[in-house]
Amino acid sequence: MNKVYANANEALDGVISDGMMIAAGGFGLCGIPELLLEAIKNSGAQNLTFASNNAGVDDFGIGILLQTKQVKKMISSYVGENAEFMRQYLSGELELEFNPQGTLAERMRAGGAGIPGFYTKTGVGTVIAEGKEHKDFDGETYILEEGIFADLAIVKAWKADDTGNLVFRKTARNFNVPAATCGKICIAEVEEIVPRGSLDPDSIHLPGIYVHRLIQGEHEKRIEQRTTRKKEEA
Amino acid sequence: MPWDRNQMAARAAQELEDGMYVNLGIGIPTLVANYVGDKDITLQSENGMLGMGPFPFEGDEDPDLINAGKQTITELSRTAYFDSATSFAMIRGGKIAAAVLGAMEVDEEGDLANWMIPGVLVKGMGGAMDLVAGVGRVIVVMDHTNKHGKSKLLQKCTLPLTGKKVVDRIITNLGVLDVVDGGLKIVEIADGVTEDEIRGATEAKIVN
Repeated sequence: MNKVYANANEALDGVISDGMMIAAGGFGLCGIPELLLEAIKNSGAQNLTFASNNAGVDDFGIGILLQTKQVKKMISSYVGENAEFMRQYLSGELELEFNPQGTLAERMRAGGAGIPGFYTKTGVGTVIAEGKEHKDFDGETYILEEGIFADLAIVKAWKADDTGNLVFRKTARNFNVPAATCGKICIAEVEEIVPRGSLDPDSIHLPGIYVHRLIQGEHEKRIEQRTTRKKEEA
Repeated sequence: MPWDRNQMAARAAQELEDGMYVNLGIGIPTLVANYVGDKDITLQSENGMLGMGPFPFEGDEDPDLINAGKQTITELSRTAYFDSATSFAMIRGGKIAAAVLGAMEVDEEGDLANWMIPGVLVKGMGGAMDLVAGVGRVIVVMDHTNKHGKSKLLQKCTLPLTGKKVVDRIITNLGVLDVVDGGLKIVEIADGVTEDEIRGATEAKIVN
């Protein structure tokens, strides 16, 4: 079993195809699979659907695939940072399905756990509930949401061993864990692949069973909103 | 004098009790953290963190450490990180005691609208619908009227809802109102504001 590939383009070879539904990790620009997104751009795959909390910015993240018009549909909770996204959406070139953030995360988690649907209070009485089954439990109304079963998951972690066990860093974990689990195939990009035995088995955030292909690379890790305080305020 | 942004935030901080796990929204709610004083409050950031610290010093920014507004932040000695599904499981599971949020409209039933204005570019609801449906107590902090002088406390929300019957308490520049059976109840009036002023600025039914 060799999960380690030389680079993102090779890791996508034989996996990527037109019309795929891809679950992508990341929150804003934090913990996004930037190398695999670049490789998807290089692959030229068309009509892609992305389940991803955000859509990147114009020149980074999923934004680069909007520039090349490779994306047919986004399933997201917040897309405010991307002018090209808005242009394509308003002109009808791009489909958009808003999911509440927790509903999106749970849909991925459920899909990865073999659960086709679940009931939640989130969105009851709003546009999100329109057309969905409503059911009362113990006097409270819930709506049915469906699990996401993606053709491909792309995620970014901090470290991996060569069996695909993943460790994330700080808030860069975010959607990477649920996204990884809901893909038929999951490709992970990491900052460092370490020899097996060097990660603490008690501190693995995502077991390698979920990870089929693995690459190591240099990450730009762009900051979206740089906010600081002055030393004298402390 | 009506309360300013900082006074509204300070008033909202009084709602928080020692030991609470709390989620603060963007805008005035973010300022609430400055007024919790000695109370032992743990802030949740729904992108996957409990124990959110202040902004970093210049040069210490970490691209792997941001809040739900995508701003660089810091961790504390109590901090724990987790994934987005776990984060919203604790929100939906009722583990977060309170959320302090901004709003465009609130109505006398406690319906809340704060994510979408039809005809204006829609950015998305983010985690707001999950928060208002899941947390123990929803506290709205907002100006009493909009920039056209029109009441934001309505009989019925006109904008698309974030949640139905979800708001518990509203803190505005004029005072504090609770959502109760039959309407809104004035529980506090800002210094120098009269009850007539608050009633005049409120379209929602006020009950005693």
